[in-house]
Amino acid sequence: MTEATAATRSIVMERTMPHPPEKIWRALTQSSLIAEWLMENDFEARLGGRFQFRAKPMGNWNGVVDCEITAFEPPRRLVYTWKGGAVQNLGYGTALDSVVEWTLTPVAGGTRIRMEHSGFGPQNASAYETMSGGWPRVLERLEHASARQG
Amino acid sequence: MNPDSGTVFRTLADPTRRSLFEQLCREGEQTVWMLTRHARISQPAVSKHLAALKSAGLVHDRHEGRERHYRAVARGLSPLVDWLGLYGAFWRDRLDRLEDLLERIDR
Repeated sequence: MTEATAATRSIVMERTMPHPPEKIWRALTQSSLIAEWLMENDFEARLGGRFQFRAKPMGNWNGVVDCEITAFEPPRRLVYTWKGGAVQNLGYGTALDSVVEWTLTPVAGGTRIRMEHSGFGPQNASAYETMSGGWPRVLERLEHASARQG
Repeated sequence: MNPDSGTVFRTLADPTRRSLFEQLCREGEQTVWMLTRHARISQPAVSKHLAALKSAGLVHDRHEGRERHYRAVARGLSPLVDWLGLYGAFWRDRLDRLEDLLERIDR
C-alpha cells in the first residue's frame, strides 16, 4: 500500500468460527457480551438504535465512539456508524466518521464472519490541516526511525 | 500522482529539509529569503531543499513580485500514517477475543 489517503479505504477481516450464526449474533448484539470482547457500550439492539462505545481516552479523544445502527438483520447482517476520535490524534484515536459492517454466512461446520470497517480516507488526512500539536510527533517518530536506519 | 510514504520519509530524513519544513509549520508562509536567514546555508541550497519538499507534496509555493513564498502542507505527512495497519491490528485483536468468548459461552 503506498497511498492510504488517495481514496476512502476500508479494513476487511474474514474468519470462519465453529459456531452457529445465532450464537455469534448474540455476541455481536448483546451489550454485556460485546463488552467482553470489544468495548464497554450501551448497545441498543434495534434498527436506528444509538449507542456509544467507551474506550480508554487517548490524547484529545475522550474515548467515546458514537454509533447508530443502520442495518439490523438477525442473524445475518449488522451495520453501525462509528464516529469518534480527535483530529489532533494521529493514527489510532484519530477522528473517524466511518462504518462497521458485520456479515455472517453459515458454512459447513460453522459461520463465516466478515467485518468491514470503511471510511478511512481523505477526511482523516484533512486532520492535518487544522492540526498544530500532532505533526511534531510524526517527525519525532521519523527521527527515531532514521536514526535506526543509520 | 500522490507521493508515497517512502518519498515523504526520505525527504524528511534530511535534517535541513526537516528544519525548513518545521519552520514553515511553525511560522506560516515564508519567503525564500526569510528561510535562508535561519538556515545557515546558501539561498540556492535552500531553494533546492524547498524543491525537494515541494515534489514530496510537503510545501506549496507561489510567486509574488520577485519573491517566492512557501507554506507547509501538513497534509503531505498523511502517507506516513498507516491507518489501515493501526486499525487492522485493533480488529485482529478484538476478533481473537470474540473467538475466545464464543468458546466460553454456551450455544
